[in-house]
Amino acid sequence: MFQILKKTQLAPAIYLMEVEAPRVAHAAQPGQFLIVIVDEKGERIPLTICDYDAGKGTVTIVIQAIGASTMRIAALEEGDRFADFVGPLGHPSEFIHYSPEKLASTKFLFVAGGLGAAPVYPQVKWLAEHGVRSDVIIGAKNESLVLLEDEFRALTPNVHIATDDGSKGYKGLVTNLLKELVAVQGRRFDLVVAIGPMIMMKFVALTTKELDIPTIVSLNTLMVDGTGMCGACRVTVGGKTRFACVEGPEFDAHQVDFDEAMRRQGMYRTIEERKRAIEAERAAGHKCNIGL
Amino acid sequence: MANKIPRVPVREQDPKVRAANFDEVCYGYNMEEASLEATRCLGCKKPRCVEACPVSVRIPDFIRCIVEGDIAAAAKTIAQDSLLPSVCGRVCPQETQCEGACILGVKGEPVAIGKLERFVGDWGREHRLTLAEPAPRNGHKVAVIGSGPAGLACAADLAKLGYEVTVFEVLHRPGGVLQYGIPEFRLPKKEVVEPEVENVRRLGVKIETDVVVGRTLTIDQLMDEEGFEAVFIGSGAGLPRFMGIPGENLNGVVSANEFLTRTNLMHAYDQQYDTPIYTGDRVVVVGGGNVAMDAVRTARRLGAESSIVYRRSEAELPARREEVHHAKEEGIDFRMLTNPVEVLGDERGWVTGVRCVRMELGEPDASGRRSPVEIPGSEFDMPCDVVIMALGTSPNPLIAATTPGLEVNRRGCLEASPDGATTREGVFAGGDAVTGAATVILAMGAGRKAAAAIDNYIQSKA
Ligand SMILES: Cc1cc2nc3c(=O)[nH]c(=O)nc-3n(C[C@H](O)[C@H](O)[C@H](O)COP(=O)(O)OP(=O)(O)OC[C@H]3O[C@@H](n4cnc5c(N)ncnc54)[C@H](O)[C@@H]3O)c2cc1C
Ligand SMILES: Cc1cc2nc3c(=O)[nH]c(=O)nc-3n(C[C@H](O)[C@H](O)[C@H](O)COP(=O)(O)OP(=O)(O)OC[C@H]3O[C@@H](n4cnc5c(N)ncnc54)[C@H](O)[C@@H]3O)c2cc1C
Ligand code: SF4
Ligand code: SF4
Ligand code: FES
Ligand SMILES: [Mg+2]
Repeated sequence: MFQILKKTQLAPAIYLMEVEAPRVAHAAQPGQFLIVIVDEKGERIPLTICDYDAGKGTVTIVIQAIGASTMRIAALEEGDRFADFVGPLGHPSEFIHYSPEKLASTKFLFVAGGLGAAPVYPQVKWLAEHGVRSDVIIGAKNESLVLLEDEFRALTPNVHIATDDGSKGYKGLVTNLLKELVAVQGRRFDLVVAIGPMIMMKFVALTTKELDIPTIVSLNTLMVDGTGMCGACRVTVGGKTRFACVEGPEFDAHQVDFDEAMRRQGMYRTIEERKRAIEAERAAGHKCNIGL
Repeated sequence: MANKIPRVPVREQDPKVRAANFDEVCYGYNMEEASLEATRCLGCKKPRCVEACPVSVRIPDFIRCIVEGDIAAAAKTIAQDSLLPSVCGRVCPQETQCEGACILGVKGEPVAIGKLERFVGDWGREHRLTLAEPAPRNGHKVAVIGSGPAGLACAADLAKLGYEVTVFEVLHRPGGVLQYGIPEFRLPKKEVVEPEVENVRRLGVKIETDVVVGRTLTIDQLMDEEGFEAVFIGSGAGLPRFMGIPGENLNGVVSANEFLTRTNLMHAYDQQYDTPIYTGDRVVVVGGGNVAMDAVRTARRLGAESSIVYRRSEAELPARREEVHHAKEEGIDFRMLTNPVEVLGDERGWVTGVRCVRMELGEPDASGRRSPVEIPGSEFDMPCDVVIMALGTSPNPLIAATTPGLEVNRRGCLEASPDGATTREGVFAGGDAVTGAATVILAMGAGRKAAAAIDNYIQSKA
């Protein structure tokens, strides 16, 4: 079980893996995530379900190696197995419950920042399968980090690219491109779904609040169990404490306390940085000498 | 007279040494000590101890076997009523159950029933005693949700009756609270919990980890698509409560469940494992139950100066008496009649302390308990780096929310009859999921009752 059937590199330090997990594939819906454990000593790492094929019994994940655990996952090769792979977790995106009329009349704009393209993809795909052509903004630092562009273009003609350095598409932040689509091009959107780094989601939320467009974000908080048992994932939404793993991960962006959420993400930063340094050394083949 | 012998003391790890390691605190009796302690039992005709044990372990009978030197017979005697003697002997609140009622306790020290039970359980495991064989299959399939004491007990009994049983567990290791909650120094995982789970597997029970019932699979799918004729829900009460006071989302405030899961299930105390844990130099644990004691003693072992803050007085501490005693020996600071009103933080959002008020006990309430009331103007601050909330838990709503027809009460507990039948036909439940947070032995008892009811239900349909 949980064997990696396919691994491809999408960008520097970003990999796509297709994993054998029939039960998860059978139950997965857009908006949901799963938890993987790399081996006996691994952490429980939450990852978005990027794609799923119930027929083949496979689930696709996209992983960015940013710390010790994600580096260990990224080092797995085709044929290797995850010790554990559990899901789907969290609620599916709300729009899958829309009536056909509401679906047809809603104009969706997705804003995918960096790795956020992974969670956005199954949502755009689901909508395309239900006859809805959404707009998608893919934002990235530079051209090499623009993820899944061809895959999005196969689903909808309305794909917009924004890069910080202008190496591809619009030069500038996704929030500016969003404003331009609305204010300059006069596009109307009924729902914005923004997924990416917390800081990006915060600014998209501020922008759409100004533009008065309802907005959903998917919160990548710290998590341990992912089942509502620990409260590590708690966030403040509308002044109330919510558990992102079971009550989310998607929430009304205009209600989220992003500053608190960003601060809480850094709870274990010092310990994590130390582990990451050790892992980087190990991966580079050096002998670890950082005091283990 | 036999009862003139003083209660045989149990050997324990030196408090100073153990406050810095995760090895088991209590070494338990050896054969000689157990035999001596066993002679203290009067073998009462109407044993009060048995009445006070939630599963009516035949206490004088198994103790007599110890006196006669036949430990295998003692193990078989216990096995008629309890499947987890090594666990229950270690974690039951004996002082309010079996030992609390022992006749010897009226004038002196009760028989050390728990320690004797543990001795027998450990002996049986070490001598690879087989207490039950897999039964011939009867052709019926039952699903069990959750691998805690309730689920394991239900699964084992059904397997012994010939059912094909699959246990679905969301975590990556089976055992429920025995695995993720109760720490190693009180209940060793490799030596005790894992072999007990293995025993259940040996009866032919299949345990599928990494399955979230309600998400990966629903109860309807289990029954309609996977051919299970009945389902037992033993999903526990894992949802942690918080106080709702200002500052509770500061960095450094965690639930006891998070703290204990990181250490027990994820081995965060061991540098070889990836999961991080943070204690800083000073930890304050809010609460007075077993969970609070486990959290505070874990924090101590991770090197932090650790305190308990509890709003009632010491007499009301709901934790096992032995744990309170051990915690004190290990240097835990107890602040009774104290209640947090705010968690304090710095400008970066990290905990710097807790603001507390002193309490006094007021008039007894309807339940007869004297409830604590704040003393006006008694606020004071306790500096600390981490605050652990151990305020109790309630059942996770996921299964009820995804199973049409399954009803819960106001406290979020599943509605079930005394034999475990829920409001959905063919679906049974027991343990913390029904009662709210309780004890291992009650959960196990509920699992066994439900197994009998499931057998009845399936046989009456067949
Ligand atoms: C619902 C959800 C979906 C996610 N989807 C993806 C995905 O599809 N692909 C992907 O690459 N990453 C995804 N993440 C983030 C991923 O879980 C973290 O990058 C990973 O846990 C970091 O672990 P690490 O040990 O490699 O890095 P660390 O060194 O531990 O942490 C690096 C940074 O990530 C943050 N972080 C640490 N642990 C977690 C955690 N458990 N959850 C979230 N953030 C954390 C830290 O605050 C730190 O800033 C998702 C997170 C959530 C909650
Ligand atoms: C820290 C701590 C210390 C304790 N100390 C003591 C003690 O000293 N003595 C004592 O008697 N009692 C103690 N208790 C209480 C005791 O552990 C519980 O009452 C007992 O474990 C309840 O058993 P259970 O089988 O009902 O549930 P649990 O042991 O909670 O097991 C439930 C299992 O179901 C799984 N599950 C939940 N939802 C799902 C789902 N949707 N799909 C699949 N699986 C699911 C969970 O992951 C878990 O493994 C303590 C509890 C804690 C937390
Ligand atoms: S199961 Fe618990 S209460 Fe019953 S006799 Fe054993 S230790 Fe005592
Ligand atoms: S009450 Fe005490 S003395 Fe009597 S049978 Fe029970 S353990 Fe023995
Ligand atoms: S991750 Fe533990 S409750 Fe959400
Ligand atoms: Mg990490």
